[in-house]
Amino acid sequence: MPLDIYDFSSFTQWVHQSLDAVMSPFWVITTEMVLVGLAFLTFYAIVGLMLVLAERRICAFMQCRLGPNRVGPWGFFQTIADLIKLLFKELIYIKKADKLLFNIAPFIVIIASFLALAAIPFALGLHAVDLNIGIFYIVAVSSLGVIGILLAGWSSNSKYSLIGAMRSGAQIVSYELSVGLSLITIIVLAGTMQISEIVELQRDGWFIFTGHISAIIAFIIFLIASTAEINRGPFDLAEAESELTAGFHTEYSGIKFAFFFLAEYMNMFIVASLGATVFLGGWMPFHVYGWDGFNAIMDFLPPFFWYIGKTAFIIFIIMWFKWTFPRLRIDQLLTLEWKYLLPINLFNVVLMATLVLLGLHF
Amino acid sequence: MMLTASQFMFYFFALAIVIFSILTVTSQRILRAATYLLFVLISTAGIYFLLNYQFLAAVQITLYAGGIVVLIIFSILLTSHVGVKFDMVGWKKRLATGIAVAIGAILVITTILQYQFEASTEAARAVEMRWIGLSLLSYEKEGFVLPFEVISILLLASMIGAIIIARKEEKNESNN
Repeated sequence: MPLDIYDFSSFTQWVHQSLDAVMSPFWVITTEMVLVGLAFLTFYAIVGLMLVLAERRICAFMQCRLGPNRVGPWGFFQTIADLIKLLFKELIYIKKADKLLFNIAPFIVIIASFLALAAIPFALGLHAVDLNIGIFYIVAVSSLGVIGILLAGWSSNSKYSLIGAMRSGAQIVSYELSVGLSLITIIVLAGTMQISEIVELQRDGWFIFTGHISAIIAFIIFLIASTAEINRGPFDLAEAESELTAGFHTEYSGIKFAFFFLAEYMNMFIVASLGATVFLGGWMPFHVYGWDGFNAIMDFLPPFFWYIGKTAFIIFIIMWFKWTFPRLRIDQLLTLEWKYLLPINLFNVVLMATLVLLGLHF
Repeated sequence: MMLTASQFMFYFFALAIVIFSILTVTSQRILRAATYLLFVLISTAGIYFLLNYQFLAAVQITLYAGGIVVLIIFSILLTSHVGVKFDMVGWKKRLATGIAVAIGAILVITTILQYQFEASTEAARAVEMRWIGLSLLSYEKEGFVLPFEVISILLLASMIGAIIIARKEEKNESNN
């Protein structure tokens, strides 16, 4: 079994060939899809648990507390204990809810984040689908999640849920625009939407450095807008616990609530990896054009660790936002998007186009 | 008969489209109908993916599933309550709809059966994003710059129209 942590393509080739030797093409594709699906499910669960733990530890750190510290070393098994508790909780049946939509809603949210995860490159050769329209695909499928939130809010037949869903709908639809435009700025610089090409183009320097001013503006806007798009503080009006109990998932209990919770953390992971891929080079090590010795030292660390490190950095920034800024009001939220971020973004796209045309980028 | 993977997926999506289309028009709860419509649109995007036309598939998901269905759900959220159930339509309407559907189906099916499809032996190619962008802005032969610009003006006009409709009257503001 050729397992090379610097290039996984030989490993995936080996899996494909050894499956090809024993079964027909139809079953090869089916088995491969099942294997990829299982790998993603495991990854999803592990990342979800790790992120919940990280959130609690970081929150405690910001507030000068200890955080979970009893179950396992540094509270490492706390979230696993929480998960077991959630699995055993009763699923409360709501009498006057639209039962079908109430049950479908968490799955729509989860499936949307699964679809987006498929196009994320984890390392060289470790990439489930490399579509020609990579970034557009991620933006497209992540816009499906809001439908699950709206359905959850309406079908619960509760006014808190409905208000939460309306708020989150308005918020996600508006901020999607800014996320999309800041990604378009980088597409202008890259000249392609294919994610593997975008990563490859950053071999001589990450886009945040090669695109300088315009890329930095786009990165900041991306961070703000994607924090809002995943409904996290300071933009968590959809579930503002002080006014709406828990927002759109007030009526959900047990594992269905856990689905929303998990999807929220996974969406954070997806936007962080998208930001890391597009702005910070994905799995590409830190390279400076011409410094061959330095680049060779940087190549020593396997691509997967570069990817995880950059993603963790962006996740830390997003968590930092949540625990240091007060929550915005809905009108302030919409003003920020439509009166500030959107005009700056439009100007920034033009600026980037000018930089590319004049050859002012590196 | 042994199906290939792509045939299997085609039948899967086709079946999903047919079933959810029927459910969309027969459901008595309006938000359920909207959800079934969402499934129809996503299955259509699946067929585009199967044809290797990824760009159209992503456009289908963004515009129809992410845009129009969200708009529909939003308006339902604002106007209708969870308990509302529509009455079944009367037999006259059912009969008229049945005749209209039958005529439409016969027309479409006969047209498709009469057309001589030429099977191509070439492998399916992915339509490159760069090529779509270039031909949209090209003013040479087979370029689409004129329709592109006309649509931009149409969109701008409708956006200005929407803003004017949504804007509060100045009179009301002075009264407040």
